[in-house]
Amino acid sequence: MSKPVIKIDNVSKLYRLGQIGTGTLSHDLKRWWALSQGKQDPNEKIGVINDRTQKSKNDFAWALKDISFDIRQGDTLGIIGKNGAGKSTLLKILSRVTKPTKGNIKIKGRIASLLEVGTGFHPEMTGRENIFMNGAILGMSKKEIASKFDEIVDFAGIQQYVDTPVKRYSSGMYVRLAFAVAAHLESEILIVDEVLAVGDAEFQKKCLGKMNDVSHKEGRTVLFVSHNIYAISEICNVGVLLINGTLGYTGNIKDTIESYLNTNTSSGEVFVTSNKGIIWNEIKNREHLSDLKPDDDINFNLSFSSKNVSFDNVMLDFALYNENNENVIHSRSNWIGKKFIVSPNSDFEIKYKIKSPKLAPGKHYLTIYIYDSSGFPILHIDKIDACNINSKNYFGTSLYFDNVMSNTIPEFSIDYI
Amino acid sequence: MNSKLKTDEEDWDLCISANNSLASVNIQELWQYRDLLIMFVKRDIITVYKQTILGPIWFIVQPLLTTIIFVVLFGRIAGLSPEGVPQFAFYLISITMWSYFSETLNITSKTFTENASIFGKVYFPRLIIPLSKVISGFVKFLIQFSIFFLFWLYYLFVTKQVHPNLYIIFTPFFLLVLVLMALGFGILITSITTKYRDLSFLVSFGVQLLMYATPVAYSMSNPKVQKHHLLLWLNPLTSIFEAFKYSFLGIGEYNIFWLTYSTVFTLILLFLGIVIFNKVDKSFIDTV
Repeated sequence: MSKPVIKIDNVSKLYRLGQIGTGTLSHDLKRWWALSQGKQDPNEKIGVINDRTQKSKNDFAWALKDISFDIRQGDTLGIIGKNGAGKSTLLKILSRVTKPTKGNIKIKGRIASLLEVGTGFHPEMTGRENIFMNGAILGMSKKEIASKFDEIVDFAGIQQYVDTPVKRYSSGMYVRLAFAVAAHLESEILIVDEVLAVGDAEFQKKCLGKMNDVSHKEGRTVLFVSHNIYAISEICNVGVLLINGTLGYTGNIKDTIESYLNTNTSSGEVFVTSNKGIIWNEIKNREHLSDLKPDDDINFNLSFSSKNVSFDNVMLDFALYNENNENVIHSRSNWIGKKFIVSPNSDFEIKYKIKSPKLAPGKHYLTIYIYDSSGFPILHIDKIDACNINSKNYFGTSLYFDNVMSNTIPEFSIDYI
Repeated sequence: MNSKLKTDEEDWDLCISANNSLASVNIQELWQYRDLLIMFVKRDIITVYKQTILGPIWFIVQPLLTTIIFVVLFGRIAGLSPEGVPQFAFYLISITMWSYFSETLNITSKTFTENASIFGKVYFPRLIIPLSKVISGFVKFLIQFSIFFLFWLYYLFVTKQVHPNLYIIFTPFFLLVLVLMALGFGILITSITTKYRDLSFLVSFGVQLLMYATPVAYSMSNPKVQKHHLLLWLNPLTSIFEAFKYSFLGIGEYNIFWLTYSTVFTLILLFLGIVIFNKVDKSFIDTV
């Protein structure tokens, strides 16, 4: 096992809430007074954990609280968490843009961080000038950039425009050039923050490929923040999950993603839009749905109520999503020639049955639409926690199969002819 | 925040922690980033005249026009210019020096606020930015100064109206003091403005007022300014401006005492500026 190259030890970061600049002098004086009396910094103890759903009574909040973990040489670490969980703050501290309030970090080797592409690009300067400028800002020497220059231009695919001011570039060219410079940095540690959300699909693929090369072929350490779970699971081998500024999970990437998805749904955020008098209640048969084999029939007993409205000929639309947010099954009631009637002030249950769908193991989420006879949506329930497929004893051989790459697993046979 | 930790049990290259030592200018690190410094200087100079017709000539037009206005306003109307030297040469050197000082001070005092977007995204020694402004401003100064030099040669050899002396060999040293003073003031002010914005208003018009307390439009040897002597000498710029004019034109006062005062003042200012700048640059991104 290789040695740690980054050691993060009890790192915390305190942020001031609200307006900065009003009363800072009095805060400064208060702090100075307390510290000179040998007391605790008065701003520290009032910091609560960073739960954004509640309005804090205090002026300060911990963006990060007591984070400790190690990153080893050659690891590709994925940092995941919801918006505001502290991912970017952690990267900012690691790239020395801001300092931690407490704790310390030890680093071996040179760090290049890519919190934004094109930092320091000047619109009036040509592509060539900006490559040197941007490279220098990211910590490369002129010699290093010169030796990589052709590779960078080639990767960005802007040979023709190298001597044109970048303000004349299309936004895609601009971003490609910026990423190309950063991707060719010669540093032992590379920090990347969601920059892949730019460019077309082809270029995104190229970026992911480049990052794979950087970590797996060149053996460099990569820290990667993204909301794209697919990209994370492709590139990373270890993961860190941040929840409201605290360390939620750290370990191999598969488990980290799993616990991230669990926290995501257990919070019970169900997105329901109903303004036409139909009310969503619940899934009745949770027990059945929590423990299924791939070839089991899946039954959803869905409970609704209606207010003082009635509809003839409503259409039901169901879509089942997997953990990667891919739609695996889609069904509509009119495909099988069925229409439903909603009578006023009543409860009604719908049974949606899928015959032996052979879904790959994992959690699945259900989206429901109800349309009226003119095709207008009258109820929308977005991705509720629906069912869980286990892999147990499906083929009668092993209790667990790994590396499932497909959305469904049909029964199959492989034989000599 | 960052220091080489060779004595640690393991050989860490970098340690990021909450407490940072006072006044640790990492010269070695600045040296590592010298390419970036050169790049910033180049950028400042190149981008100024991109898409202009006159290009770098703008560097020259500006002081020449200002000088003509000063000659009319302060020389002819107010009668502040000294006897015996060509007014044009007198005001040209004053304005060249003053515009270097004021522009450098103005731009370095905005280091943090104007570069917050870059500073928020990537690390490099923050001192690189004000240093690059000082240097690119100095390049501009040299261009403008060479124009003065041409006029000066004309007055020296053709009309024989200026009377330079041997003190001229010390002018590079006092030029350096001027440069460092602008840098010192600039980084001190930008460090404080990250938290207390009021100062930026004070600076922008304070610099304008400072010009009148500096012998730009007049000379200290002018009998009209004699009675305010001490107060004016307390301005650390005064002795340097006077020394320049005395060395090149033979007019003004060469006061060793006040020159020493200015030099010491500058060194203390620069030290203080660097200490506070270093303290602020670790955390300003959270307050700016």
